[in-house]
Amino acid sequence: MKKLINDPERVVQEELEGIALAHPDLVKVHFNPNYIVRADAPIKGKVGIISGGGSGHEPMHGGFVGLGMLDAACPGAVFTSPTPDQMLEATKAVSGGAGVLHIVKNYTGDVMNFEMAADLAKAEGIEVESVVIDDDVAVKDSLYTAGRRGVGSTVLAEKLCGAAAEEGRSLKEVADVCRKVKDWGRSMGMALTSCAVPHVGKPTFDLPEDEMEIGIGIHGEPGRKRMKIKPADEIVEMLMEPIISDIPYKEGDEVILFVNGMGGTPLIELYIVYRKAYEIATKHGLKVVRNLIGPYITSLEMAGTSITMLKVDEDMIKLWDAPVKTAGLRWGI
Amino acid sequence: MSISRDAILEWIKAYAAVIEENKTYLTDLDAAIGDADHGANMHRGFKAVLGKMSELADKDIGTILKTVGMTLLSTVGGAGGPLYATFFLQAGMKTAGKMELTPEDWYTALEAAVNGVKMRGKAELEDKTMIDALVPALNALNESIHDGASMTEALQRCAQAAKEGMEATIPLVARKGRASYLGERSAGHQDPGATSSYLLLKTAAEVLGKA
Repeated sequence: MKKLINDPERVVQEELEGIALAHPDLVKVHFNPNYIVRADAPIKGKVGIISGGGSGHEPMHGGFVGLGMLDAACPGAVFTSPTPDQMLEATKAVSGGAGVLHIVKNYTGDVMNFEMAADLAKAEGIEVESVVIDDDVAVKDSLYTAGRRGVGSTVLAEKLCGAAAEEGRSLKEVADVCRKVKDWGRSMGMALTSCAVPHVGKPTFDLPEDEMEIGIGIHGEPGRKRMKIKPADEIVEMLMEPIISDIPYKEGDEVILFVNGMGGTPLIELYIVYRKAYEIATKHGLKVVRNLIGPYITSLEMAGTSITMLKVDEDMIKLWDAPVKTAGLRWGI
Repeated sequence: MSISRDAILEWIKAYAAVIEENKTYLTDLDAAIGDADHGANMHRGFKAVLGKMSELADKDIGTILKTVGMTLLSTVGGAGGPLYATFFLQAGMKTAGKMELTPEDWYTALEAAVNGVKMRGKAELEDKTMIDALVPALNALNESIHDGASMTEALQRCAQAAKEGMEATIPLVARKGRASYLGERSAGHQDPGATSSYLLLKTAAEVLGKA
């Protein structure tokens, strides 16, 4: 698989060097342990928000560090959870005395590493709350499995919690916003192609030219069902139905509709997806009050899309509209 | 027969070499049901461990194992990082200050290590994880010691049980870790974590069991 890299072992290091050069007004990049932190951190009296995960999902999470969103992001190796020492140092770097929120995606490694980091931070006297996002309806939730994966809702949680912290809300109040997103957001994704982890060099799974994978995760892990490719509208129906039936969305509910690109799918196709997703939501009596369309939580060069729908109340809409200034998301400023 | 401090150092070095040799194999197993990084992650971790070896040459077994654990914690990542880190940290706590281990000491250390992994990963037998290799191995070691087996034989029976446990993960449907997202489709593949755990105990039998 062709890649625009120098050395598979130095992909994350060199990416971070690029970010440091590109956005010195927004962030500082700390190496060994690696984390990206707001240029003006720590902010006294403000709740700090950190997230992290494997690399390969850019702009998430590093691209969301800045005013109105994350205070720090911990990038792991490609598709590999970061380590507790990174998370601990990032937590300390953003701690302004009001506590720190860890936004964690539900993957076994991420959860275990963040748990260890939270224990270490608490031992150093920093108040930490953790919320684990698990919004992927493609995975059956059960007491006997690792549970649903954390995907698209994470981006929305980072935006809303970032705005809440910027307003000066308490750690508990910011964590409550995150828990609302966890409870009210649902996602499902699909892939047209696989992707290749740089140090592996070959696609994570094989997907024939005329087939697609429904229920794909963001790490190239195969989904739950493989089938012949279909027109976009039918694919969108296959993604929207499980989302809408998973939470009891009521007629008249207001939602944010987020159509995400997996990294290799152009915007022209994402708008085709949005068009049908909007139509289906409206047919179910849901009011799409805000949207986000583009590659925000990607899976390297994978072609495909994921759809996230988040039910919102008035407060959440206000938080969504609040100013944000990050490399990956910027408005109102 | 007992296990010397030097033998423990040799075991760690030998395992780092085994991981290097099996890096692609472990990653391929992971690609089938996970996210294709187990071999690379373990390799990165044990390469860092090798870098610490010179400063450990005159330390006690507890310090050696704890240093291995802390090094893995900050270098491996993924789920394997905290799990293998916990394994070595727990074993290190039970062997603090010791310069050699009796078979009973070794059992106590391994028992704490396995219980630590269970606690951290919240996994049980037949979840298709490291636990499926580690728990039968621990039981076999216990039985061997009670049978009055030699250290060499006890370690061999321990490794053999880990091998059988690892192979028994093939038909299982995963209930923990990333493989659980696949549901029924995870059956038919050997668990990569159980495999690296078996290799650890196999290396122990080869290195520590040398009479």
